[in-house]
Amino acid sequence: MALIDLEDVGHRYAGAADAWALRPMTMTWNDGGAYALLGPSGCGKTTLLNIISGLIAPTRGKVLFDGRDVTTLPPEARNIAQVFQFPVVYDTMTVFDNLAFPLRNRGWDTARLRLRVEEVADILELRADLGRRARALSADQKQKISLGRGLVRPDVAAVLFDEPLTVIDPHLKWLLRRKLKQIHEQLKLSLLYVTHDQTEALTFADQVVVMSQGEMVQIGTPEQLFETPAHRFVGHFIGSPGMNFLPCEWRSGAATLAGVRVETSSKQAPPSGATLSIGVRPEYLELAATPGPNAVPVRIAAIRDQGIQTMVQLEVGASLAWAKLRNAGVALPSTAAFARLPPARCALYADERRVP
Amino acid sequence: MSSARPVNQRAWWFVLPVLISVAFSALVPLMTIVNYSVQDILGPDQAVFVGMEWYQEILRDPDLHGALYRQLIFTAAVLAIEIPLGIALALALPERGWRASLALVLLAMPLLIPWNVVGTIWQIFARGDIGLLGYVLTQLGIDYNYSQHPTDAWVTVLVMDVWHWTPLVALLSYAALRAIPEPFYQAARIDGASRWAVFRHIELPKMRGVLTIALLLRLMDSFMIYTEPFVLTGGGPGTATTFLSQYLTQKAVGQFDLGPAAAFSLVYFLIILLLCFVLYNFMKEQR
Repeated sequence: MALIDLEDVGHRYAGAADAWALRPMTMTWNDGGAYALLGPSGCGKTTLLNIISGLIAPTRGKVLFDGRDVTTLPPEARNIAQVFQFPVVYDTMTVFDNLAFPLRNRGWDTARLRLRVEEVADILELRADLGRRARALSADQKQKISLGRGLVRPDVAAVLFDEPLTVIDPHLKWLLRRKLKQIHEQLKLSLLYVTHDQTEALTFADQVVVMSQGEMVQIGTPEQLFETPAHRFVGHFIGSPGMNFLPCEWRSGAATLAGVRVETSSKQAPPSGATLSIGVRPEYLELAATPGPNAVPVRIAAIRDQGIQTMVQLEVGASLAWAKLRNAGVALPSTAAFARLPPARCALYADERRVP
Repeated sequence: MSSARPVNQRAWWFVLPVLISVAFSALVPLMTIVNYSVQDILGPDQAVFVGMEWYQEILRDPDLHGALYRQLIFTAAVLAIEIPLGIALALALPERGWRASLALVLLAMPLLIPWNVVGTIWQIFARGDIGLLGYVLTQLGIDYNYSQHPTDAWVTVLVMDVWHWTPLVALLSYAALRAIPEPFYQAARIDGASRWAVFRHIELPKMRGVLTIALLLRLMDSFMIYTEPFVLTGGGPGTATTFLSQYLTQKAVGQFDLGPAAAFSLVYFLIILLLCFVLYNFMKEQR
């Protein structure tokens, strides 16, 4: 129902005129997609969300819904719902009145309104609570009401979530997230979900947008973000622990790490003068007792047995790296060993970015 | 669970200092009053037990009825004006920046003035011959004289109290308003709420706790008002602005009727206690 386009949208907050809270960007959010905006606090995720919902007018650029310019429209005139970090309910009203509130403000008649509210209450499993005071409910139910106030408006095309599970108990988070997925499939709404929790983002979204310092650094499926981070930040931020980045040199057409020539998945030569490193996930490092192709000499600095897996800290030249080994009866080599970087699983990074 | 807990009475020792200080600051003086209220003190060593006599006397006293009646009207008027006006002021104040600081300082100024000075300021301000307000009103052809017309005296005392105490309500309300998280307003915008709906369903409920305190403070303070009308009108003309405190002072200090004055003090105290109790429970009920 709505294709959301951002054309060269950027934002600076008043009083911080020299710093972009959101660097100018162009991006299309497909109708019916489930997107997660992932990044650390202060990276511009919420600013981006508020620009789409109309709570903030961007300093530059245009916001288009289905090709219609809505940049200057207030939030109530856009067909957008937003759910905030802390549940917003109208304390003095019942659950029913909370859900009916947006419709009453839009002049719906009582009979039609009742049908619609009950329909949405069924979807959210709030039917039994309709007569209760909203104030008396638990945080997860309040968050459902916040969502419900968005869903009752039949014209709503996209729901924006701003870290909606922050104050929800861990065991309920999972249930609520599953409910969101169900609603997404049932109602075919576009969902934009802001979070700094990678698990939340990766399990919820079809497309994850990773943001850092006001910039989108990569857009992709959870798999793409894990396997081929386009930016060192993505490598660090996704995965636990994050990707290893080992400083290397470029010698006679190949990356050289600790004196060993290393093949990577990068096909192009890196730009000259850039700071080079090889990125490899801890999950893909292999330890061996003897040298071999793509294997660099390492010293084992620490070993942590975590039951199902073993974390091994390696010294590669002057830098440190983690290897995550499955505990399938692996006999660890002695302190001096070799770490093999599978060529398909590692890549060359010039400054911050992956070399294609 | 609680039945299995070992009983330990030693904790009373920790409460003891508070009990002693409360006893000396409140209970002992109060008991003195109770003592006076049931005796006729004839001299330093001469006292006669009279039972409920003083209570019966003051409860039948038409002067007291008059003062109580005026007091109730005054307090009701003060609350009816100051609470809505304070909320309106708080809503109109700038939200942040130097304008907010300036407005808050200006608003707080009446609160920093000693009460008898407030009375003196208005006493002069409202005078027809040299006071700015009184002079201007007289020049405009309005027959205004607070020392002669009961209505003028009433209006002046009321306006003075509003000037003096509305800032307190406004400051409390302002603090409550600033504590409302931004998403409540943002959600209301997205829900298409009108300005009135935002006030009715977000701001007012969030201010309820603070307004309860403001209401109780103003109820107690206005019910005990003494200094300002004493300086401004001296309770006059006649007894037009004689409220309960002033009546009490006249009895105790002016006529030295310690027995009836003590009896009345207790009744006065109970009235305030009762009003606060009723109001507090009413506000709690509404939540």
